[in-house]
Amino acid sequence: MMMLFLLGRVAGISGIFWAGLVGPERSWRLMFIAGLALGGLSAYQIVGLPLPTTPQQPLWLAALAGILVGAGTRIGSGCTSGHSVCGIGRRSPRSLAATMVFISAGIATVYLTRHLMG
Amino acid sequence: MKNLAALISGILFGLGLALSGMTDTSKVIGFLDITGHWDPDLIWVMASAVLVSVGLTPLILRRARPLLAASFSVPASSGIDRQLILGAVIFGCGWGLFGYCPGPAIAALPLGDTGTVVFLLCMILGMWLSQLPVGKPDLTATTKQS
Repeated sequence: MMMLFLLGRVAGISGIFWAGLVGPERSWRLMFIAGLALGGLSAYQIVGLPLPTTPQQPLWLAALAGILVGAGTRIGSGCTSGHSVCGIGRRSPRSLAATMVFISAGIATVYLTRHLMG
Repeated sequence: MKNLAALISGILFGLGLALSGMTDTSKVIGFLDITGHWDPDLIWVMASAVLVSVGLTPLILRRARPLLAASFSVPASSGIDRQLILGAVIFGCGWGLFGYCPGPAIAALPLGDTGTVVFLLCMILGMWLSQLPVGKPDLTATTKQS
């Protein structure tokens, strides 16, 4: 909301991240990305949030998921922040559709990997 | 000034993601696991973020221009096409597989977990791969056929 109010930009993280690497006007995008990391860090270091106790998952899984998330967010022009939060806020039917599709795909994937296979 | 605004927005966003539990991959997977031990907590995170956005976005867009820029630059909405759905399916699979979407992965990066680093590097690779010209004619071809 602050991004839209101050800069007139939608805070879609995947888009800002990618354009921050390759696009024009990189400085504000990189500042936003740095802020995200800084915000995450301060939640744990300053606010004192306990570290996630996630069991270590295999690295090939992280790699595969990373590739899918990277490619999927570019092809589908957005991730959770851009579509579900900003897009639905703008009452964009595209974003509502994308949100329903990726949540369903996520649910299906968890069902397959955690119940049928594991 | 623009950079400062972006930095502060980012910090707020990252703080919110971490505090709400989005940076905890097992919590995200628990949220998506509706057929098993469903952990519905994150629905409140999403619902409140969406509500704030639904409430404030129209008010902001009603202004003539943003505070620090010449004009608003919001995505032009076009129809729901095959590419959007395909991308969302691919993204959803990756999300369910590991429990990270892009924002939380970046916010969790300072914790220095190897899995997070690998995820983010491969996310860049995936973004780059999807931009390759080889992939593009295929996508438009499938769209035209429909």
